[in-house]
Amino acid sequence: MKLNRENKLLIGLCTAAAILIAKLFTIQILDEDYKLDAQNNSMVYTTIYPTRGIIHDRNGEILVGNKVAYDFMVTPREVEEFDTLALSRVLDVSPEFIKDKMAEYRKFRRKIGWQTVVMIKQIPQETYMKFAEVAYKFPGFRGQARSIREYPFNAGGNLLGYVSEVDAAYMKRHPDEYKAGDYAGKTGIEAAREKELRGEKGYNIWLRDSRNKIMSRYEDGAQDKEAVPGNDITTTIDAHLQHYGQMLMNNKVGSLVAIEPSTGEVLTMVSSPGIDVEMLADIGKHYGEISSNPYKPMFNRAVQAPYPPGSVFKLVNALIGLEEEVVYPGTQYPCRMGYHFGRNKLGCHEHRSPINLEESIMMSCNAYYCYVLRDLLENPEYGSFDESMDKWNEYVKSFGFGRKLGSDFPSELGGFVPDSKYYNKVYGKGGWKATTVISLSIGQGELGCTPLHLANLCATIANRGYYHIPHIVKDSEHVTIDPKYKERKYTMVDTTHFPKVIKGMYRAVNSGFGSGGTASIAAVEGLDICGKTGTAQNPHGHDHSIFICFAPMDDPKIAVAAYVENGGFGATWAAPIASLLVEKYLNGEISDKRKYLETRVLEGDLMDRVKVK
Amino acid sequence: MRSLGGNSGRGLAKTIDWWLVACWMVLVFIGWINIYASIHSSEPSSIFDFDSRSGKQFVWIATSVVLAGLILFVINPRLYEGFSLPIYALTILLLIAVIFLGIEVKGSRSWFAFGPVRLQPAEISKISTSLLLATVMSQLGYKISRAKDFIITALIILVPMMIIVLQSETGSALVYVGFIFMLYREGLSGWLIFMIGMAILSFILTLTASTYVAVLVVVGVASLCIFLYSGRFKWWLIGVVPAIVFFAFLPMLMDILSTAVVGAEQMEAIAASIEAGEEVSLPFVMRIKPLYILLGCTLIAMPLLAFQAFREGNRFTYLALLGMVGGILLVFSTDFLFNDVLQDHQRKRIEVLLGLKEDPAGVGYNVMQSKIAIGSGGMFGKGYLKGTQTTYGFVPEQSTDFIFCTIGEEWGFVGTSGVILLYVFLIWRIIRNAERSREGFTRIYGYCVACCIFMHLFINIGMTIGLMPVIGIPLPFVSYGGSSMWAFTVMLFIFIALDRNERKYF
Repeated sequence: MKLNRENKLLIGLCTAAAILIAKLFTIQILDEDYKLDAQNNSMVYTTIYPTRGIIHDRNGEILVGNKVAYDFMVTPREVEEFDTLALSRVLDVSPEFIKDKMAEYRKFRRKIGWQTVVMIKQIPQETYMKFAEVAYKFPGFRGQARSIREYPFNAGGNLLGYVSEVDAAYMKRHPDEYKAGDYAGKTGIEAAREKELRGEKGYNIWLRDSRNKIMSRYEDGAQDKEAVPGNDITTTIDAHLQHYGQMLMNNKVGSLVAIEPSTGEVLTMVSSPGIDVEMLADIGKHYGEISSNPYKPMFNRAVQAPYPPGSVFKLVNALIGLEEEVVYPGTQYPCRMGYHFGRNKLGCHEHRSPINLEESIMMSCNAYYCYVLRDLLENPEYGSFDESMDKWNEYVKSFGFGRKLGSDFPSELGGFVPDSKYYNKVYGKGGWKATTVISLSIGQGELGCTPLHLANLCATIANRGYYHIPHIVKDSEHVTIDPKYKERKYTMVDTTHFPKVIKGMYRAVNSGFGSGGTASIAAVEGLDICGKTGTAQNPHGHDHSIFICFAPMDDPKIAVAAYVENGGFGATWAAPIASLLVEKYLNGEISDKRKYLETRVLEGDLMDRVKVK
Repeated sequence: MRSLGGNSGRGLAKTIDWWLVACWMVLVFIGWINIYASIHSSEPSSIFDFDSRSGKQFVWIATSVVLAGLILFVINPRLYEGFSLPIYALTILLLIAVIFLGIEVKGSRSWFAFGPVRLQPAEISKISTSLLLATVMSQLGYKISRAKDFIITALIILVPMMIIVLQSETGSALVYVGFIFMLYREGLSGWLIFMIGMAILSFILTLTASTYVAVLVVVGVASLCIFLYSGRFKWWLIGVVPAIVFFAFLPMLMDILSTAVVGAEQMEAIAASIEAGEEVSLPFVMRIKPLYILLGCTLIAMPLLAFQAFREGNRFTYLALLGMVGGILLVFSTDFLFNDVLQDHQRKRIEVLLGLKEDPAGVGYNVMQSKIAIGSGGMFGKGYLKGTQTTYGFVPEQSTDFIFCTIGEEWGFVGTSGVILLYVFLIWRIIRNAERSREGFTRIYGYCVACCIFMHLFINIGMTIGLMPVIGIPLPFVSYGGSSMWAFTVMLFIFIALDRNERKYF
């Protein structure tokens, strides 16, 4: 072939065609990106949200249900001129709000195209019905039903927890599980049982055009997925009791926990002040209000507040003393307004002296437990002070203190029980002795525990030596709880020692006024309540009022711990509250004799005493 | 195949090049079904529904067949040569008239509207220009290397081209550049094509790199041409290459030098105040720009080269030097051309193509979507009417300028390369027939047709796959539209008729 101009041009033609074909080969065969882009371009997945599982109480009452709310949607492209004022009146929003929103949509009209966007989230059904009547006047607007939470009982926000839209941090913590727009349980039972409650999302696949206008179903819906509703949950909570407990704790700071000893099931868990369930359904709207409340209603004191256990802890020391044989039921110690060591004294209130173990519990003698702790720590059976201290620590921990109990409730606090290592660090090795740590005997000092720990202690004593890990979810049709909740957890103290302590607790409540029993106010005829008061010293103001009790003595059905911040003596607030709860649970109502007490508690307002930062 | 010197008056079947007709029919059919594919979901209807684009295209095709018949059997092909000047003049009038009387479509006034029928004179002018070119250039004694003939030829091409630019249809005007290939075939120096290539290169370099780089490249290439032509390639390597390398690093050296003299802090202060728009008196070192040094050296070298050329009687060196000066001037006027001559949308398209600006939602959006549509087709495509990108309107203008996307998505690589090969065959066949022709008129006209089809093909497909800026010109025979369908059909069938005429009588 000659290389004349005709052929040169033909070569050029072929070259040009080769360039085009080569480029086509690259983008059609070699480069996979374009295929993915095409899918993203034309397929729209619309999510079908599942209904969340219902939360029942132990008797089948609905604690948390679902109700329909409407997301108010608008397709800006379809909107015609409308009466802003009329719409704002129907929707109960300001006309400016609607104007601003419409202006915003105009600004982003290119991006929005034919898409439908949410204008107002979760408008109540009544409001939506008002709109529905006049909807014909407002083309382009519509409501999309979405199920939201409903709370037939005011069972307390901290217990139930709230559900809200997931944020970026949450999505990062749960990769591949959540997408923007999804809701998830954030606290309480909603968070603890999120996996069961949430159900599975479904989707519809649509084909759309370049302006986001939906054109048709993809493969006529063959690839769509139905949403799977969440599983229902049965909790161990008694809705009525929970509600009553909340009323008792109204206007007081603290918490109230009730456990069924034979199972470890939490009957009531109140943290006060709490979040009203009215706010839960629309937490986003109230979040600022809640989080700026100085009493921190979001803070679930029942499982998160580290308190000193106070005199209630004497029960633990008594039991350890009995097991270690440093004290016997008959052991008597004198008390001269306290325990004197060197020039120091750990004070006590006035009561007769000397007294034995039972009476020490009944009258809550401080001096008695100083002797007990001293004998425990200076026990010659152990080679060293450190060793006996650590043994004591082991005992205390066997009651569940100083560690997370392992309940199914989220964000449980472990608390603190000191050991020799801790004191060696603080005072130096050999720099401390029994009298240095003597306040441990009466539940003060470095001890920290939650009301849940105290309720668990009470349940342990009620069971005469073992406990079930407290939990709030029961077995039900779709949910099986961890078998660990059915195990008995024994303490290191022999079960035979418990009745001796229980006698003291019985006498503390049922000896009548004037006997020296600290908790006579908690006595309810026929219920055989056994209890122990506690008054935790508080350097920042009024003492904390503490009371644990269980009843009936011989066949315990309920174990309660009440902790009232700045409530003063244990008998002043905690004992009435706890005993009222027990009475309500076992008798169903408060006897006439104790109505005055109920009234006093319900009307009592301690909020002024609580110092807030 | 026919043998030369056969009997005159041979039958229809043997005189018409059925290969070309078949090509035309296949392309038209491909276009028609793909137009239906691109609109069937947004305007669901039968392919023959005359309210839809596929139905209308069918009408255009049917009328084109009538036109083709007229051209083949009724109009005497000998008339074209004689009537080419009046046709050309009439077209020019139409082109001018449309600026004042036409309707505005997407920012350009290039359409006449007669009721529902729209006509774009720019499409017709390709035919009339081709006819006049063929007439003038086939005259006895015409020599393209003669200045007078060259200027006349250039004017025939440039006049409609300029008017079309005035209509803001720069895309259509660009097609006229394609006539250069025909001119090359007819004896135009290859250097002209080379220089046009260089001009485009330096234009792009000025925009993407800098004036300095563009000037350096122009000087380098011009010097290479001069030394190559006079057989002194070795000298170019020894003498010029080191100089070019030196100049390549000069800006950096100057920077170091001025930092050393002025001090780094002072430099920063000056840079800051320049950025702030203040007037600063620069230190002497900083006033010397590398560009001045480069231009100075070039100015010194030019007379030396010119003197040598004078001694050797080498005309090429003069022309090369002239080209170089022209190139440098072009570089300096690029800013002006780019910012003042080109229209806003064209500027943006070039900027996006050259990667100067990222703009996926704006101008680049079209190309992006078009590439996605074609790319998603894969090897065999998604199947007819099954494309998701083209059926749902992600690609703009998809039945007209971006029809190739539908082919790409639904027919895959097999379809796209098939269509390209079909065009290559068509163009090759036209060139082959043109070359075999005994008459200059037929040959030149044939080359014109080939050039026009080629330009449309390359620009249109290049645009859909991101090789060319988005220039709205149709894919011949395939894109939706009456004007272009008629114009290309008429253009092609005039050639077929001319070709047939020769076969008939020779």
